[in-house]
Amino acid sequence: MMTKKILLGAIALALSTGVMAKETLKIITWKGYAPKALVKEFEKETGIKVKVTYSNNEEMVAKLRATRGAGFDLAQPSQDRITAVQKKHHIYQPIDYSKVKTDQIITSMLDAVKKNTAVDGKGYGVPHVYGTTGMIVNKKNAPDAKDWSDLWNPKYKGKISYRLKRPILIATAFGMGEDPFALYNDKAAYQKLIDKVEKKLIEAKPLVKNYWTSGDTQVEIIKSGDADVISGWDAKGWSVHKINPDIDFIAPKSGALGWIDTFAIPAKSKNVEGAYKWINFMLRPKNGAAITNASNYGTASKGAPEFLDAGIKADFERSFSKEDIDNIKWHPPVPDGFESIEAKALDRIKAAK
Amino acid sequence: MSVENKKGFNVTFYLLIVPVLLWLVILIVLPHIDLFISSFQVENDAGEKVFSFDNYLAFFRQKIYWLTFVKTAAYAIGVTILAFVITFPIAFYLTKVTSKKNASFLVLLLLIPLWVGELVTVYGWMVLLGDHGIINHFLMTLGIIDKPLNLLYTNLSMVIGLLYMSMLFMVVPVMSTLESLDDSLIEAASDLGASKFTIFRRIIIPYAMPGIVSGAIIVFMLVIGDYLAPNILGGKSSLWFTEQIYNEFLQTFNWNEGAAFGFLLLMLSSGIIWLALKLSGQKLEKVGS
Repeated sequence: MMTKKILLGAIALALSTGVMAKETLKIITWKGYAPKALVKEFEKETGIKVKVTYSNNEEMVAKLRATRGAGFDLAQPSQDRITAVQKKHHIYQPIDYSKVKTDQIITSMLDAVKKNTAVDGKGYGVPHVYGTTGMIVNKKNAPDAKDWSDLWNPKYKGKISYRLKRPILIATAFGMGEDPFALYNDKAAYQKLIDKVEKKLIEAKPLVKNYWTSGDTQVEIIKSGDADVISGWDAKGWSVHKINPDIDFIAPKSGALGWIDTFAIPAKSKNVEGAYKWINFMLRPKNGAAITNASNYGTASKGAPEFLDAGIKADFERSFSKEDIDNIKWHPPVPDGFESIEAKALDRIKAAK
Repeated sequence: MSVENKKGFNVTFYLLIVPVLLWLVILIVLPHIDLFISSFQVENDAGEKVFSFDNYLAFFRQKIYWLTFVKTAAYAIGVTILAFVITFPIAFYLTKVTSKKNASFLVLLLLIPLWVGELVTVYGWMVLLGDHGIINHFLMTLGIIDKPLNLLYTNLSMVIGLLYMSMLFMVVPVMSTLESLDDSLIEAASDLGASKFTIFRRIIIPYAMPGIVSGAIIVFMLVIGDYLAPNILGGKSSLWFTEQIYNEFLQTFNWNEGAAFGFLLLMLSSGIIWLALKLSGQKLEKVGS
């Protein structure tokens, strides 16, 4: 692939000329994970200049794959999206856990992430932020909406919305009483389950107002009153609750879906030391709490609770009972090839009448 | 471009042409070649890339793929026609009816939506069209309707969005051809007893045809390649072909298939334009000038 080499060479040249002067750290992350105040504090403390690019799971992988793991010094993919990509495209490098201040991190979460991001016995992720996908409901108009199955309840015709991405397939399966995660080792059975889910969602399509596509459109559709029962992220639901108390996040009875976003170091990171410094900096109790206070997402930082605002705890307790917490379905790593099964089903649902 | 001084030609010409060529080759030609090659590759079971036509054949084999393309193309043609119907009177008014001073001010007004960017105008339409949006609120306050009309997230709102962002590209070329139309032609026809409709059909339209066709090509290409308006304003069934390409790259990570779709979009839409040029009897060189 001559053309690719020339192209990469040209890009590398273009990138390298601009950044010689000062030590920099280029981070590709989600909105809200690198607040300006913390970036400033980190820059002052270490003298490293931080450059932040906002992205999402799909784009992060696509960008790193295009450069074979170059261009960024630190990435923040979800823990379930690391192993399959790593096995195939080798875009990350293993984490040296001795360089991470692990005593700052909730132990069970660190262990889970280590295990779920392991390729050939080496872990590739450090937990940072977590949250759940559940439902955001307008309780005045839909007081009885309690479970995923209400997303295809004819009672709420024209007032339903969700994002047509993989979480809704998983959620629908749980709502139908199945356990999709148990089928992650059986591709044929999983295909069958997804076929069933696809049929259900095509059947239920006339009930849907629209599919939301981003955090912003998600908030927009429930806030404007265009929908009353939608799938959504806990933090978003709580933020709308502040504006309109009728609307709130609920954990569906068959289980909210839990995600953990991690720190992962791209294979060709130019500032590995800086990346570890950033990881340790961000997981300090005060900084972990700062992110939670600003965005409502949970933090993996162990000592954070004492710095949290009172409202955050109230939000969480309003939406999650003890059973709801135990019933959270944490996303296990997605096996290779499963995403293309899901994507085909999603295409067919989107195109259906 | 004629060059008198041969020596001056060498230095300045190369100085000017090199950045352009670098830009074209590095940022446009090379990536296209790379995509073109990868569109002919599939991964076999061992994970190796092998040559194959499968990526292209999949488009014709899977109903959902070509159906999406047909739908996208049909909407793009429809929007192009609508854009012509709506903007032609505007262009005519601006060039032939109102004064020059007024016209330049009105053209400025037409330009404003372009300055704020497509994303902002799309969100603007969401505010207008939503169930509790301005239009529904207005109609309900007046008592014309008692339940909000379902305007947003429909094919209607998608077409409005597409039309809004592409309309201007029809106005400008049509205006530039109409400007050179001699008013005395219209007067002469009128003196000879031609009706208004005949003047419009036999004189104005044929004269403006190159402008109409070049406007139509721009609008068609913009609409068929758009991503935002169908994605945000379109309803739950508005799968656009560009979304399909995006999905191949970013959801399934099947870049080879995505590359093949990209080239199919390029070829099929060029084919449609070629056909349109043939049917309208226009030449690309003339339209492009």
